Amino acid sequence: MAVASNEEIRILTPSGMLGYGFPIKHVKMGLALKPHAITIDSGSTDSGPQKLGLGEMTCSRANYVKDMEVLLEAQQEAKIPLLISSAGGDGSNLHVDVFRDIMVEIAKKRGWRFKLAKIYSDVDKALIKKELKAGRIEPLGPVPQLDPREVDAATVVVAQIGAEPFNKALDESEGVDVVISGRAYDPSPTAAMAIRAGFDPALAWHMGKIMECGALCAEPVGRSVMGWLRRDHFEIEPLNPAERCTTASVAAHTLYEKTHPFLLAGPGGTLDLSECKYEQVSDRRVRVSGSKFIPAKPYTVKLEGAKTAGYRAIFIAGARDPIFIRQIDEILARVVDITRDYYKEIPPETYRIIPHLYGKNGVMGELEPVKAPAHELCIIVEVAAATQAIATAICGKIRTSLMHAPYPGRIATAGNLASPFTPLEIPLGQACEFNVYHLMQVDSPTALFPVQYEEIA
Amino acid sequence: MAPSSNQVVPTPLREIAKVVRSKNAGPFEITLDIIFKSREDFDAVKKSGVITKELISELYNVPTQAIITFGFFDLVNAVKITLPRPRAQGAIGETDMHAAQQHVPLQEICVPWPAQ
Repeated sequence: MAVASNEEIRILTPSGMLGYGFPIKHVKMGLALKPHAITIDSGSTDSGPQKLGLGEMTCSRANYVKDMEVLLEAQQEAKIPLLISSAGGDGSNLHVDVFRDIMVEIAKKRGWRFKLAKIYSDVDKALIKKELKAGRIEPLGPVPQLDPREVDAATVVVAQIGAEPFNKALDESEGVDVVISGRAYDPSPTAAMAIRAGFDPALAWHMGKIMECGALCAEPVGRSVMGWLRRDHFEIEPLNPAERCTTASVAAHTLYEKTHPFLLAGPGGTLDLSECKYEQVSDRRVRVSGSKFIPAKPYTVKLEGAKTAGYRAIFIAGARDPIFIRQIDEILARVVDITRDYYKEIPPETYRIIPHLYGKNGVMGELEPVKAPAHELCIIVEVAAATQAIATAICGKIRTSLMHAPYPGRIATAGNLASPFTPLEIPLGQACEFNVYHLMQVDSPTALFPVQYEEIA
Repeated sequence: MAPSSNQVVPTPLREIAKVVRSKNAGPFEITLDIIFKSREDFDAVKKSGVITKELISELYNVPTQAIITFGFFDLVNAVKITLPRPRAQGAIGETDMHAAQQHVPLQEICVPWPAQ
């Protein structure tokens, strides 16, 4: 087993997202470089609120099984810690346990033994409401003040784990081989390993920030990446020989999906990259120095939560007649009025009708600067209501009304819509909405995150 | 290429920049990046004075005071703009879950540029 020296710690990240797959040969090439740990994130809010809202996972269970078996094999061979963060995408306790079960299955099948630490991140709602009352919770970005009713409405609220809980999991109990964590700030596992080995937290967070996306910092973008962190700099190189890190690709990576290009806030502080230096040390490797970390006082963690918001149904239809397309807004408005009038018994504030007009402004909605519609439209009407039955019924009424709606100058009297699919109305099930996205002050970086240990055999 | 010839024509950013993209920055923000091929191009576009908070406000129908980040960042030869999302990501009425196709008004911005 490789032990981090005072001079260098090496981290292997096989992919920016567990469950998306990665080339095994590149991971093997990484293992040959004697990493001190393997880190991989599986979290993201990017595919939507339904994970937190409904307990869904980002990838299918089978994909997680496949990736985890490869990673566990690497762990068993190299005898180095494997750190997996944000289990299932949302990092809820439920998904930490799903990941644990997958590992048990694999261990049983392959006859492997290891010690597992699980870090949980669901936050007790009573605690959130108490801290809210105490004025210790504030919105993160353009988000309303937290309302205690929203806390209750959320299916689950998770907090983002910083570096400290990972280090606690590795140090508190002897010989932990694998860590599965709940919702973590994506760079935390990599940063934790480096901070634990005594390296500069600023460099540790910056290297973590780059590596959490795998080889997204390379040209062309790839999957597997290796990081070398030393006393006053770190180096980064993709494991696929067909990719290279350049000073431009590594520097520009910190723009990606971030509010600000060089101020990156995370648990316990903000990374300031304004004075960073990027040097090309080989054709494919970049050296980074000059990162700064500004500790936050008090320490805050990000809370994330989502609630269910009724049920949806849609229909999808095409329109090609220019006489119809010219008048689409007026025709749709009339159809919506007819529908609302028809369903008088349903309180109007309990359902919403939202047309999406592709070929007009379907992609950008209210932000669309181009006003002239295309020669054909794809019309999707989204209906959200309290139950699936109501949503589907209203959706059907709109579709049939729009199909046969009269309009000035109409000469195509048989029907206005071209329907590609059955069912003509498609039930979408429950809708979800992010409703907690706030910063909460904590007295200790580890207090919110219980750790459990388990011998897997 | 940086301006060098004498003939200058209005040229859209899609023909000048290396990257023009949009993406979520968390579920409540959209961030837009314009990354240039060189410091010269970056400086020339910056100097043109075309890209301003007011222009972004107009293009994206968002009040200037609501713009979260706006700036020319020479460390990365990039303009970065962060705006509030019209609605929380994935909420009812969503049109672009990842906000990956909200960049087009930016790439159509024309700046005075030397004719090819």
